[in-house]
Amino acid sequence: MGDFFELQTITKSFGKFKAVNNSTITIKKGEVFSLLGPSGCGKTTLLRIAAGFEQPDEGRVILDGRDITALPPNERQINTVFQNYALFPHMSVWDNIAFGLKVAKHSKTYIRQEVERMLDMIDLEEHAYKKPSLISGGQKQRVAIARALINKPQLLLLDEPLGALDLKLRQRMLLELDRIHDEVGISFLYVTHDQGEAMSLSDRIAVMNQGRIEQIGTPVEIYEAPKSSFVAAFIGDTNFLESGKVIEQFPDGYCNLKLDGFPDVICYNDNNHAVGEPVVISVRPEKLRVSFEEPPARQYHNKVKGKVEDIIYFGSETKYFVRVEDYRLSVFQQNIHFLLEENQIKWNDEVWISWHGNDSYMLQRYKPEDERLLAVPDPEYNPPTNHSQ
Amino acid sequence: MKRSSVPAWVTVFVIIFFYIPTLMLVIQSFNSAKYGGAWQGFTFDWYRKLMHEREVWRAVENSLCVAAYSTFGATVLGTLGAWMLNRYKSKLQGGHYVLMYAPLMVPEILMGISLLMFFVNIGIPLGLPTIILAHITFCISYVCFTVMGRLQDFDDSLIHAAQDLGAKWPTIIWKILLPLLGPGILAGALLAFTLSIDDFVITFFTSGPGSTTLPVYIYSAIKKGSLATINALSVLMMTVTFSIVLISNYFINPKKS
Repeated sequence: MGDFFELQTITKSFGKFKAVNNSTITIKKGEVFSLLGPSGCGKTTLLRIAAGFEQPDEGRVILDGRDITALPPNERQINTVFQNYALFPHMSVWDNIAFGLKVAKHSKTYIRQEVERMLDMIDLEEHAYKKPSLISGGQKQRVAIARALINKPQLLLLDEPLGALDLKLRQRMLLELDRIHDEVGISFLYVTHDQGEAMSLSDRIAVMNQGRIEQIGTPVEIYEAPKSSFVAAFIGDTNFLESGKVIEQFPDGYCNLKLDGFPDVICYNDNNHAVGEPVVISVRPEKLRVSFEEPPARQYHNKVKGKVEDIIYFGSETKYFVRVEDYRLSVFQQNIHFLLEENQIKWNDEVWISWHGNDSYMLQRYKPEDERLLAVPDPEYNPPTNHSQ
Repeated sequence: MKRSSVPAWVTVFVIIFFYIPTLMLVIQSFNSAKYGGAWQGFTFDWYRKLMHEREVWRAVENSLCVAAYSTFGATVLGTLGAWMLNRYKSKLQGGHYVLMYAPLMVPEILMGISLLMFFVNIGIPLGLPTIILAHITFCISYVCFTVMGRLQDFDDSLIHAAQDLGAKWPTIIWKILLPLLGPGILAGALLAFTLSIDDFVITFFTSGPGSTTLPVYIYSAIKKGSLATINALSVLMMTVTFSIVLISNYFINPKKS
């Protein structure tokens, strides 16, 4: 399956503000592709350009080999699920769903048959004659999806479709969206600021920041091998060991790193950083092991000694905050054994933290202007910014 | 909590100052005494007499004609004005708002005189057309602000959604905009109609021979002295105006479902 929908080198400014800067994405047929980024990163502008509500200053929009940049929204075989649903308040659920077919002047029997098929798919037959104000948020969402799908678009755009729903409903709607995608088999372009939604639904994700695409890849690639510290920090939780410097490169790809305020570590050098180059090391909390006993010395393994400062117990796993010299590492450990019988780790205990050199990832040091975007969800946790210079 | 007696007093005063005079008028219109005053028995005479006064019906005809044309003109222009003010932002927007507001605040007499001077100076003969133009001028503002209130609640993404589903502007206007904005536009139109049919001051200055409207006729009739028929006429006019205002209120504040 080749590339099917393309946004080629799109640039769009509003006044002096560059909302989208030279961004290219390509979506394959049947793929769920997410645009992920903090608010104001340009993802919605890119979606509006795809829908035709905005004209790009530069670049082209290609659908199925055809340049549709100049086509107005009503002539594109693309439909949108809007953030606030945008259901027509004066029409019933049935008429909302039928709108696209009525506009296209299909026969009455065809319209009835298609609307009923859609109602069946979203399981809302019994509410067909209600006005949108009388149904729940999740039901409105399903109506919005059915309304957008009834014209059989080649690409469905979804603009933060679950943003207005509560957590439980959001999780249910995610499964629902996945099911609908399997059923209709068309490409989805999904815009969200919620990494959980993007990760669980998408085949590929483009992470955007300040109008630029930082990285495009599968959820696993983006999580495990982030191309920038912005991506590493925006997707999931991570420990940054800053102010690293490569001091020795081994022929098999590993290298020794020297850090300020942290013991030296070994890391696999995926991106061939040169000796002497300043880098940031990112280690995900779940990649770290915490234990009382000193782990046996093994090749390319890191082990450091620290003191437990904080413990958050979640039942299935526990989060430890461990002080290691100048850094406070967060460690996420699965409670795979019966904890009451184990020798539990407690506050102020001396522990060992270990990880394999493969499990950390070396990045270029992030730009100072990215820092304000790194919202840290845990107020207890202070990222080690004292070493950023 | 102690109950305040203020609301009760306010009610009493409002009734005394606003509605007693009106009530008097209604009562007098059924009084058989020719010049009002003491009650001399119930009668429909004045209403009957009114039916035969030719001049009155000419004035009614003129009034309705003026109101119809100026309502139409003011509704179309006011609605378009509201749409533009709400949708397109420009540096002059503040100025546009003031220009729209001004007719609501300029004293009527000033507006009447200036319109009179204007028409005379550019040589338009006074008559029904000048009254209609004058009425359109001040009704636009009322329509515009009534419709704008509706537009502010209007969700622009509905237009995008309709476009997205393949609709072109004519369909969007018929299927989305008019059904949703219609009540606001209708309320504005009814408001314009009542304002136009009631207006005295501006009409007085811009009317010419043969274009007497009802309020202007009532004024001159009082001077001539047939007070009792005027009472009956006023009651009829009031009934019509009140019902239109009530209907327009219904459209401005529809029951929320």
